[in-house]
Amino acid sequence: MRSAIIVFPGSNRDRDMQLALRQASGQEPHMVWHKDTDMPEVDLIVVPGGFSYGDYLRAGAMGALSPAMRTVKERSGKGVPVLGVCNGFQILTEAGMLPGALMRNAGLKFICKQVHLRVESAQTVFTSGYAQGQVIRVPVAHNDGNYFADPDTLKHLEDRDLIAFRYVDAEGAESEGSNPNGSQMNIAGIYNESRTVLGLMPHPEDAIDPLHGGIEGKGLFHGLAQALN
Amino acid sequence: MKATVHVTLKTGVLDPQGKAIGHALGTLGFQGVGEVRQGKVIEIELAQTDQAAAEAEVKAMCEKLLANSVIENYAIRIDP
Repeated sequence: MRSAIIVFPGSNRDRDMQLALRQASGQEPHMVWHKDTDMPEVDLIVVPGGFSYGDYLRAGAMGALSPAMRTVKERSGKGVPVLGVCNGFQILTEAGMLPGALMRNAGLKFICKQVHLRVESAQTVFTSGYAQGQVIRVPVAHNDGNYFADPDTLKHLEDRDLIAFRYVDAEGAESEGSNPNGSQMNIAGIYNESRTVLGLMPHPEDAIDPLHGGIEGKGLFHGLAQALN
Repeated sequence: MKATVHVTLKTGVLDPQGKAIGHALGTLGFQGVGEVRQGKVIEIELAQTDQAAAEAEVKAMCEKLLANSVIENYAIRIDP
């Protein structure tokens, strides 16, 4: 699997993503600076976490206008899978590649902790490494992860099975206590219509080594590497 | 000309910052404080001299960048 990671001023999980993709695919990801519009042919593009442009105006608003994002949109239009994690998810919503918006956490605090996610659909290129309904433990680290969309959009996401991950408790049950940031319908990640774009707030790339405290994020990268090889 | 853009959260969108401010005002002893909503103000100097053209230009800026129409409304004021 050939991959590219977009690097913005203020990205800080780009190296973690590089490690995760290298570990899963055995191939070195291309690091693409946000000002570059030419990108090698790749099988996967990743928009990583961090605080691109210092979260100025709105988290992801400036990053969405980067020259590299024009290429990302163009490639995505041709069917190249795009993964956005944390700030990457915010950028993809601001760029109009995913519906809804990510607002300030309901508790107004930056949250950095392990959470449990339920894999809502194992039938996509991103989740083939997991079983349907599997519960995985991965970390979140964000200030603006509160997913918001209007009622029609939420209904559409649910009806079309476009919700990728939900925040749940260790037993896999949705509850208010398992929702760290106030996201509607406990949404942690969503797909676009064709399920070739995935945005999620939690960091699977930070759960790939026993030293991370868990390796349950590995399934995502190994699934991708297998599907896109 | 100078444009002043007020960006506010849409009605129905939860504003936890506004809620926290309202709560703090109550703690300070201010009586009768209803709902509090927080927004932002953006001031832009424009070379444009025509009022209508300036308004149209700033409206386009709001749609493309200054406001996120999923969650925010905007209001534009143009001063000479």
